[in-house]
Amino acid sequence: MNLELFLPELTLAAFAIIVILLDLVIQRKGWLVVVSLAGVVVAAGFTIIMWGGSSQAIFNNMLAVDNFALFFKLLFLAIAALVILASVDYVSKFTRFQGEYHALVLLSALGMMLMAATAELISIYIALELTSISLYVLVGFLKDPKSTEASLKYLLLGAVASAVLLFGMALVFGFTGKTQLGEIAQAIQALSLSGVLASPGLILGIVLMIAGFGFKIAAVPFHMWVPDVYEGAPTPITAYLSVASKAAGFAIILRVFYSAFGLPQWLSLDWGMLFAVLAAIGMTLGNVVAIPQTNIKRMLGYSSIAQAGYLMVGLATVGFSPAADIVGRSSLLFFLASYALTNLGAFTAIIAISNKLDSDLIQDYSGMGKRAPLLALALTLCLISLIGLPPAAGFMAKFYIFSGAVQHGLLWLVVIAVINSVISAYYYLRVVKVMWLGEPASEEKVPSSGALRLALSLSCLGVLLLGIIPGYIMKLAEVAAKMFVF
Amino acid sequence: MIGLDIAFWVLAIVGIIAALAVVLLSDVFRAALSLVVCFLAVAGIYITLSADFLAAVQVLIYVGAISVLIILAIMLTREVQRGSPSNRLRIPAFLVAILFLGGMAFAMLNTTWQVSVAPPLEPTTSALAGLLFGEGGFILPVEIAAILLLAAILGAIVLVREK
Repeated sequence: MNLELFLPELTLAAFAIIVILLDLVIQRKGWLVVVSLAGVVVAAGFTIIMWGGSSQAIFNNMLAVDNFALFFKLLFLAIAALVILASVDYVSKFTRFQGEYHALVLLSALGMMLMAATAELISIYIALELTSISLYVLVGFLKDPKSTEASLKYLLLGAVASAVLLFGMALVFGFTGKTQLGEIAQAIQALSLSGVLASPGLILGIVLMIAGFGFKIAAVPFHMWVPDVYEGAPTPITAYLSVASKAAGFAIILRVFYSAFGLPQWLSLDWGMLFAVLAAIGMTLGNVVAIPQTNIKRMLGYSSIAQAGYLMVGLATVGFSPAADIVGRSSLLFFLASYALTNLGAFTAIIAISNKLDSDLIQDYSGMGKRAPLLALALTLCLISLIGLPPAAGFMAKFYIFSGAVQHGLLWLVVIAVINSVISAYYYLRVVKVMWLGEPASEEKVPSSGALRLALSLSCLGVLLLGIIPGYIMKLAEVAAKMFVF
Repeated sequence: MIGLDIAFWVLAIVGIIAALAVVLLSDVFRAALSLVVCFLAVAGIYITLSADFLAAVQVLIYVGAISVLIILAIMLTREVQRGSPSNRLRIPAFLVAILFLGGMAFAMLNTTWQVSVAPPLEPTTSALAGLLFGEGGFILPVEIAAILLLAAILGAIVLVREK
């Protein structure tokens, strides 16, 4: 076996341990940020070197090393780097546990990288738990009542979701006798249609797995934790949850459903339909409930439920298209990248503003256009991208994902999605209106630190690049859509 | 085989009654003790399945360590006397649980499962070790579990110690 292919993960684990040990001996905690970022950069370097190589699998086909996994690894590393930058201000206020904070961010990123690459049910489950446990702790890091409540809620609901997922995996294992995704696929394809129809155990297993993964991506009706956890968690961690944990959930769903349940065609049509229905409910509920929200973190929480709905349109397309067709997968990858940059940008701006205001209420953002023009401009760009208007990335992302869905006969779903985009414009633009047209409560400027400004400008640059020259990134996504076939 | 069948049904019924007691008893301490009974019944079921190592681990970790931890946590909690609070959503939750149970039972009974015809191993410990650490085994999840434990320990330290 070739351990070189495991280097990105090994690097990140090593740096996480170094950060913990370094925390014991050094006095100037600022170095922890540098070391954490160095770990992310080195791991990203190894990942980039491996890009474009032939798809293969290590650890007895348990860990796939293909462009799909590498794409997600890079995405998670980029998100982790931006989150580390965005939390610099916030962490420097801690008297203790700065090392633990950064180590947990790195470990959860490691868990997500493994989630994108593992191709075997037991490893998938453990990787998912590694991510979840790190995130449960990070959500409760503030230790005030709200943060603790958020962490406890996330832990309890997450544990239930894990149990449901395990139940589904156990049923699939009981039915096929295999845990490796490729072998599961072979076992299912070897069955006759009547053989599968006579066995509801497999279908039940698949449905339970969708429920378990649905919790991670905040699909309705498994979204109940989202608003409370987003509101209570430290804002950088809210940003992290809203993009990275969601992207990891989509990575694992794509891998499992495409490689294990992708064939025969009727099975993929079945789960494609299930995702289409979940998408329609998710978009509608997320957008409608976001309208009356007064807290911007809660509003973005519901917005992320709606965005998960748009993303599931992509999953439905994957289910409806023939296995060789990459439109569904590549547009989903593009949407995830664009959504990650956009939401990170929005949350970074919110961190900068709430550092000064000490409030997350939308009404307090009044007149922000005068007090902090650049922050307000960046937030406006991100909100426009979330609506899906040009020139921001969100426009191209929605364009790709919707046109793929129309090509594969999901016109009804796209109609619902477009109506929803119009509804969502109302609450996103309300924030923009309050910022630019409202009267400022005071004339005081809103300062922001260098690290925050760096994170914000990187995200906004990404949003603009993806919106203006989407072709190049789309080509990358098309290369990344090729998954290892066992 | 009849002896095994009888043992399975006795253990299953004891396990289910104990599990119901965990949920329904309002005294938290009694609920915790019922949980111990439930864990023991599950360990017994593992024995009827010839999973000797799993049964021993179940007794050591769940019946031993986790139960003690739960009982200690209850002893350190104030207001245990008030019992577990009631819930408005009791009846809807009950209906959903019954529906779920029905669906599960239907699916389980109507499915042809993969059944191994190989004779059970005695003992299973060395075979398990080979599977976990040997060539072609599950070393990847074992290694990820090691990192998972590291994250859990870090989390415990962060959450328990003063800020």
